[in-house]
Amino acid sequence: MRNPTATRLLFEMSEAGRGTVVFPEADVPEVSGLPEIGAEYRAESLLPLPELAEPDVVRHFVNLSTLNMSVDSHFYPLGSCTMKYNPKRHERLARLPQAVASHPYQHESQIQGLLSVLYELQGMLAEISGLPGVSLHPAAGAQGELTALLTAAAWFRHRGEQRTRVLFPASAHGTNPASAALAGFECVQLAGGSNGFVDLAELRAQLDERTAVFMVTNPNTLGLFEKDIATIAGMLHDAGGLVYIDGANMNAILGRTRPGDFGGDMMHYNVHKTFTGPHGAGGPGAGPIAVRDFLAPFLPSPVVAFDPQKNWYSLQEPQHSIGRMRSFFGNVGILLRGYCYIRTLGGRGLREASDCAVLNANYLLSQVRDFLDVPHGQRCMHEFVASAKRLKEQSGVTAMDIAKRLLDYGFHAPTVYFPLVVDEALMMEPTETESLATLDAFAAALRQICQEPAELLKGAPHSTAVCRPDEVNAARKPVLCWSAQC
Amino acid sequence: MAYLFDTPEQRQHMLSAIGAGSVDELFQQIPQQLQLGRELALPDAVSELQLEQDLQRRLGVVGGGGLCFLGGGVYDHFIPAVVDELTSRGEFYTAYTPYQAEASQGTLQAFYEYQTLISQLSGMEVSNASLYEGGTAVSEAVFMAMRVNGRHGRVVVAGSLHPEYRQVLRTYFSRLGTEIVEVPATDGVVSVAACRAALTAETTALVFQQPNFFGCLEDVGGLTAAAHAAGALAILAFDPISPGLLKRPGDYGVDIAVAEGQPLGTPLQYGGPLLGIFTCRGEYVRKMPGRLIGRTVDRNGRECFVLNLQAREQHIRRDKATSNICTNQGLLALRATVFLSVTGPRGLRQMAELSHRKARYAVERLTSLPGVSLKFGQPFFREFVLETPLRATELLEALAARGFNAGPALSRFGGSLGADLERCFLVALTEKRTRAEIDGLVQAVAEVLAG
Amino acid sequence: MDPETLRYAKTHEWVSVDGDIATVGITDYAVRLLTDIVFLSLPVVGKSYRPGQPMGEVESVKAVSDIYAPVTGEVLEVNTGLPDQLQLLSESPFDRAWIVKLRVVNPADLQNLLSRADYVQHCGE
Repeated sequence: MRNPTATRLLFEMSEAGRGTVVFPEADVPEVSGLPEIGAEYRAESLLPLPELAEPDVVRHFVNLSTLNMSVDSHFYPLGSCTMKYNPKRHERLARLPQAVASHPYQHESQIQGLLSVLYELQGMLAEISGLPGVSLHPAAGAQGELTALLTAAAWFRHRGEQRTRVLFPASAHGTNPASAALAGFECVQLAGGSNGFVDLAELRAQLDERTAVFMVTNPNTLGLFEKDIATIAGMLHDAGGLVYIDGANMNAILGRTRPGDFGGDMMHYNVHKTFTGPHGAGGPGAGPIAVRDFLAPFLPSPVVAFDPQKNWYSLQEPQHSIGRMRSFFGNVGILLRGYCYIRTLGGRGLREASDCAVLNANYLLSQVRDFLDVPHGQRCMHEFVASAKRLKEQSGVTAMDIAKRLLDYGFHAPTVYFPLVVDEALMMEPTETESLATLDAFAAALRQICQEPAELLKGAPHSTAVCRPDEVNAARKPVLCWSAQC
Repeated sequence: MAYLFDTPEQRQHMLSAIGAGSVDELFQQIPQQLQLGRELALPDAVSELQLEQDLQRRLGVVGGGGLCFLGGGVYDHFIPAVVDELTSRGEFYTAYTPYQAEASQGTLQAFYEYQTLISQLSGMEVSNASLYEGGTAVSEAVFMAMRVNGRHGRVVVAGSLHPEYRQVLRTYFSRLGTEIVEVPATDGVVSVAACRAALTAETTALVFQQPNFFGCLEDVGGLTAAAHAAGALAILAFDPISPGLLKRPGDYGVDIAVAEGQPLGTPLQYGGPLLGIFTCRGEYVRKMPGRLIGRTVDRNGRECFVLNLQAREQHIRRDKATSNICTNQGLLALRATVFLSVTGPRGLRQMAELSHRKARYAVERLTSLPGVSLKFGQPFFREFVLETPLRATELLEALAARGFNAGPALSRFGGSLGADLERCFLVALTEKRTRAEIDGLVQAVAEVLAG
Repeated sequence: MDPETLRYAKTHEWVSVDGDIATVGITDYAVRLLTDIVFLSLPVVGKSYRPGQPMGEVESVKAVSDIYAPVTGEVLEVNTGLPDQLQLLSESPFDRAWIVKLRVVNPADLQNLLSRADYVQHCGE
């Protein structure tokens, strides 16, 4: 039951003089004779933070949490996001002392166990990708992209080459061009073929001595495996360029095929997608990258190395390292959850997970195809993109209306309006951790919705705490911070 | 198999609905010659019990069970139990980016509260919903400064800024032709005059840290004025516990303030995931990187929250986005929100005052040992550089063996902090360290120095 | 202004010429395409642009679009009140929602612009 009193803003619940955390009295004497912090540095008053009692804080956040949909509570077929079950066992394991309480400047002798796990994970990610050089350093997938592009740039520079352009298809995630621009490359977008695949002729026309990297998601954002990927990679390599695989969709191909085997030179993993790091309402992620052997000396610092003679794990800087991309080692807490997942499933289990993800997606596709158009293909990998274009033309109902109405049926919405190459896109990724009963119920709800009157859908959602926030006014006059005046 | 549902009969049912004979047939989209054709060479699957036993053995103890006096950007502060309890709720933990506002009001309101709390803490007008960590937040701040003042030629950086943040900046700007000028610290702080001399008409920003990497207090007012006099932005990396005792970034009129937010309720986790705090003047809001939550009303006039100003972000603006960042550090921002809710202004002041007082006590006791001195004659907050007659790496290793973890040694960062620092290391104090523990550290240092 | 008499760029800017001064705005079609515009950044007075160079930006909630210079010219004046009255872009796209006045340097640039009829046909494609 919703409790509107408890979901007032923290600032509206504050009463001066309250306090929850009380620390012990100082057990050391005041010391004089050392450099003193002068009055000019000192705060003049108490911070204007709210003053709350712990029971109120607990009730507040527990009530807020109930306003969310989540994987733990709902089917969440958000395409491209791989909203699979986050195993509870990881949480206890990630709180083991070396994992949770190790300081990044802890002496190596005290964290050999943790380093051994990270070293093992480097090897696992190399095997899964077919690319031997692994860096666990990047903080998230997008940073993995940037890291790999800078790594590639350093390799080109080392060879005395000045390559300036990064190519990607129109269906690419926005992070691809954003990362390429941040890395100082000129971005070249390919329109792509009408069949959803990279248009080889178009690609060929763009390849020249300026081409550094072609970034491609495979399976692509339409849920299709780029059938010509080996040819594409060959074209890039003939032109002296490199192929970057955006690993957002690795959940479709674990143990079936590997980026290194289909021509990729570099890739990133999204640990929070493929390997069940929690989605955490938007993060934290971890974006380890894997690269070919010739790129490995350029990877960021540090990597974990093992000396079998001394039986010793240590941090090393690769020979021609591009340097640091962030402070400290990496998002160890998330990497460790990924490690636990890989250990829990093993090689065969990972493949079975992908098998099941692809089976579930194809089954859902078979159930929705007779009432929603799916412009690209009879079959898909782990996700597919349906289009509400026809419905929009007939009754004015949009992909967004369908998405909102699904919330009333107790399902989170698919990704809408992405990729940009499909009109009124509804991108659905059921993942492997959903039952047949759930898929059937979802398909039935979707079918029902497509037959419901337009007015009902335009007014949806009807059962949630709020309905269709005014985003236009929010953006015209942004209110990003509470203040006592407003 | 863990986490899967389908019985063989259900699989068959699904395959017939699809019109496929087998799961292998579904994978025929992948050309035969590209298929792996073998099992991945990974360890066999293990049960929950086996995995726990294995990891317990490998990760169960931080070697020596040592006490943490380590500093250098992340700190062993107290985390109230309520932080873990509330942020572990699956409704927060297993939700994703709040694209569908109606299904994400819990997350959205919590992040709006986070933005407000961080504004109150920093004294800055706006905060985003967080970036990766402190180091990348500095680089993002410099990119934003360039968007604000259109200057790309140079950025001036204090040599007392965290050396890893400076390394990140160098990597991020390695291909962009911007000159990164470092002003060396003298006696633990940078001189305003030296910074002023380095600032040119092409300089986009002056970047500095308070308290700085050595734990010392910089003349933030003087540095900010120097930046502004040159038409550059003042970018300050601050410590989020310090406003319990010290003036806030906003009190000095800095333009962008960033921080490593780990001390606000996030465990050390060997340095990640952390929390990148990013705040700035209100007028720059459309040039900010990262996610922003805004307050609005819904169709029925009810107050609610949405992802706001998304047109800045990569999923819309693509190669012209204000950053390539796609996530925020949602869980850690939530941790900071709960943490600040329960500590409040008084708890935070206590943390800051206790940490400072204990640091002063530790300095007095440690420098009473023969040959041990405070390296810099500057006021400090909770962290300080100690110099002894021994190489710091050797001393720290011997201390670790005795159960006391201090550092890092300044030599860890090569020459980036200055010359002749081989015998120097950092020591950090938090409210958690007791007098007995500090006295134990002093005793251990005495023993090691005595050989 | 009468939309029929204006000249148009394929990138959805309209141009009205009076002597050597070109007044520029964005078309009703572009505004409809973007839907609710939430932000407009204006060109900089005194700056010169070549045809096809971005001078400013319009943002809706879910999209962003550059405003391109239709002709070579120096910015003489911008409609400073417009960012605070964005509704004018849909209410009065060809009059009160003018964006910038440029001093035309090269009158031949105008030959490369479309008539209303040609622009409407271009949008239909």
